[in-house]
Amino acid sequence: MSQRILDHAGLSALFKALAQGRKAFVPATVQGKATWIPATDLAQADLSLANTAFSPKNFFFPQSECLMRFGADPAQAHEPMQPAPGLDQDLMLFGLRPCDAKALALLDRIFGQDPAMLDPYWADKRERTLLVGQSCPAPCPVCFCTGVGGHPFGTEGLDLLFTDLGESFLVEVISERGERAMKDLPMDAAKAAAGDEPGKKDLARREELKNQAEAALALDPANAPDLSALDKAEVLDLYESPLWERLAETCLNCGACTFCCPTCHCFDIQDETKVDEGRRVRNWDSCMSALFTKHGTGHNPRGRKLDRVRQRFMHKFKYIPIKNQEIGCVGCGRCVRLCPVNIDVRQVAAQMNGQAASASGGQRP
Amino acid sequence: MTDHQSNPYLPYPARISRTWAETEDKSLRSYWLSFDRPEDAAAFAFTPGQFAELSLAGYGEIPIGIASSPGEGPDLLFTVNKVGVVTTRLHELGVGDAVFVRGPLGHGYPLAAMRGKNILVVAGGFAVTTLRATMHHLLAHRADYGKITFVYGARTPGMLMYREDLAAWEKRGDVDMFVTVDREAPGWSGMTGFVPAVVERAAPSPENALALVCGPPVMIKFTQPVLDRLGWGADQIYLSLENRMKCGMGVCGRCNVGPWYVCKDGPVFTKAQLDRLPKEY
Repeated sequence: MSQRILDHAGLSALFKALAQGRKAFVPATVQGKATWIPATDLAQADLSLANTAFSPKNFFFPQSECLMRFGADPAQAHEPMQPAPGLDQDLMLFGLRPCDAKALALLDRIFGQDPAMLDPYWADKRERTLLVGQSCPAPCPVCFCTGVGGHPFGTEGLDLLFTDLGESFLVEVISERGERAMKDLPMDAAKAAAGDEPGKKDLARREELKNQAEAALALDPANAPDLSALDKAEVLDLYESPLWERLAETCLNCGACTFCCPTCHCFDIQDETKVDEGRRVRNWDSCMSALFTKHGTGHNPRGRKLDRVRQRFMHKFKYIPIKNQEIGCVGCGRCVRLCPVNIDVRQVAAQMNGQAASASGGQRP
Repeated sequence: MTDHQSNPYLPYPARISRTWAETEDKSLRSYWLSFDRPEDAAAFAFTPGQFAELSLAGYGEIPIGIASSPGEGPDLLFTVNKVGVVTTRLHELGVGDAVFVRGPLGHGYPLAAMRGKNILVVAGGFAVTTLRATMHHLLAHRADYGKITFVYGARTPGMLMYREDLAAWEKRGDVDMFVTVDREAPGWSGMTGFVPAVVERAAPSPENALALVCGPPVMIKFTQPVLDRLGWGADQIYLSLENRMKCGMGVCGRCNVGPWYVCKDGPVFTKAQLDRLPKEY
């Protein structure tokens, strides 16, 4: 089964079936915020939500995570540290948006950049979590996935993808893990979630919705910034642009963008102790913080506010592309929504590109 | 994720086997660390110029250059400046106390490219650590290299590190040694003056040569024009950088210089590479 048509009851049955043996999470509104909640029934989900306020990266890279434990008693000083165990059960995120799934795929290439030093904490959770996406026939007003190489019907990073066709859902199997999950469905549940082969009409409807989504995104030209000159630009040509001076005048370095961002992955490692036990934890950190780079001697390579706001955009649009041949932004639009001083990543990227285009005309001294 | 192969964050348990104050102001202490388990020592295969994360349970981790060379046996030498929480605690510890070691991390000096070449080593202050490791390696394989010129400066004679090593290298006669202190001092009969001036006096030829430079920014800033005048190319000069680090694997995001992480892609870079990057170090 690579494509099936399910009605509402069928999708609920599929959710229930996949949730057997997995702890399932769905998008829902809690205290006015779109967030992920544990669910045993699809009725608990609100699949009409545009996207969750925060990205689901915390399922794989928690804001604070114990890496290992140690005895804090001096008598235990020589005992090896004990790594924190992996997940105690498999997980499922049901209703994930394609931009967030693409971000997880991008982070796979960062946490797993070196097979000899694969991040086991990230990898364990990724391997054991089924990602069921839902495509975006009606992208939210500040999304711009198509401007950075994504798509509202994109499948990268997903195991399964469903599309709300109105009266029914089209479910597509994307990955091997998705295929395995569908094969392993309990017999009775599989029957209830079997659905039908999609007909011509269903596939035409999917195409129609996809075109609608693309057209909706194209309505705002800001959603498609020209980034074509960024690749060829020298790092220093972008780095020395006057644009950062202007941006630093508005940016507060508050870090809201880095916390909501699905691809921001910077962290700190700290030891915590209480009485006789201790743990080594990693916590989200932010390039917006001066302490992030401050040396023990007091010297700080990114000591000014300007240095820090520049780092964030250079990282997404120049440094990650150099290392990974892909843009480090998936266009989810969260930072555009959340920035208290209305910095718009689309505009900044376009300005960087303008700088790149004008610099590539001349030779560096 | 319970073993070192599958969990690169997991440190090896080790203990201090020897420690002493390295400098007269006692701001720097050196430590020989022995792995608690021989299999860990065997797994820790490194090259000069690499570093490790040292940690004290409950205090945290710090990146420190490995000052010994692989040829000196399974124990590791580190010299630690007392500046923060971990280093201050480490300065209170003695022989037998537990220290955790994670690594080796980063890329060291380019040993393959150095073979058959004349080598200029320029070190300033306590940045001499991984260059000590490199010198031990070069001298253990002396025939593989051409002329070796070692320039090292400290503020005072008492701030010179690894004085036993310096004396031994002087004695060998096959290293051009230029050890200097900033100004005249009682009991000091050696050279005086800053490192850049001493490099100028030594006038090392760039012919078939590579330079390894590690020192405070001010030393690098004034040594560079001297090397330029002597005709050294930017691709002949290797610099070892340091930045604040946590993970040591190019993930946690703080030690980058442009797209490259000092922890993973460095800490050793050529000057030609750095010339095209922001000076964020």
